[in-house]
Amino acid sequence: MAEKPRKLCLIASKGSLDMAYPPLILANAARMTGIETHVFFTFWGLDIITKKKMNKLNVATVGNPSMHPWFHIPTWLGAIPGMSAAASWMMRKEIDKLDFPPVGEFVEMIIDAGAKVYGCKMSMDMMKLTKADLVDGAEVLGAMEFMDIADGAQIIFV
Amino acid sequence: MSDVLASIKFDADGFMEDAKQWNKEVAAALAAKEGITLTERHWVVLDYCRKEYEAKGEAPTLRNITKNTDVGTKELYELFPGGPGKLAAKIAGLKKPTGCI
Repeated sequence: MAEKPRKLCLIASKGSLDMAYPPLILANAARMTGIETHVFFTFWGLDIITKKKMNKLNVATVGNPSMHPWFHIPTWLGAIPGMSAAASWMMRKEIDKLDFPPVGEFVEMIIDAGAKVYGCKMSMDMMKLTKADLVDGAEVLGAMEFMDIADGAQIIFV
Repeated sequence: MSDVLASIKFDADGFMEDAKQWNKEVAAALAAKEGITLTERHWVVLDYCRKEYEAKGEAPTLRNITKNTDVGTKELYELFPGGPGKLAAKIAGLKKPTGCI
């Protein structure tokens, strides 16, 4: 055990379905083990805590070299309309099988677990979002304020 | 260490090696070590952990607990302030949970 209590800061910068889960899983795991946890959602990552988008995240089937979870999807095939939606649907089903909640529920769960959740002020201004667009319990924060919070923390960028 | 725990073997992280040595007195002593006084609500969680262990051989995930008992996420963290992921299993006399959720 470290002498100082551990503190974890996660920066979530990607908003695709596959990239939404790593920061949420890590934040939740940190809280489960009693670690103080802060998650800063910036740029596309904001979609994860935006009420209208959080449950509609998709996985990219074009330009995604890892797109072979069940069978390889070549780029030309991935470009066909509906492919991304189909792949996202499949991935949601698999995630559910593992008993991981959908993104919206997962975000609420980490907030209930005591993780602090922040929307990046600059990204929000750019995307014309206000605090009301974010999930209840999220705060709006500038990058410099986040630096203050991250003082002494372990930081993970996703 | 209290007398109740004297004959019990623990692993390096303080989890009980043998779940069969566990009983309600042991639970109370383990909880006291973590600064927790067990209430009826703690027992809802602990009884469920033991039931799952009997059925599946390992401690349930927190998501499993909140889905199948009336204890929600917020309350679970209030009951086990040091991190319910480890503490619930520890006080229930089970091994460290391996689940990610």
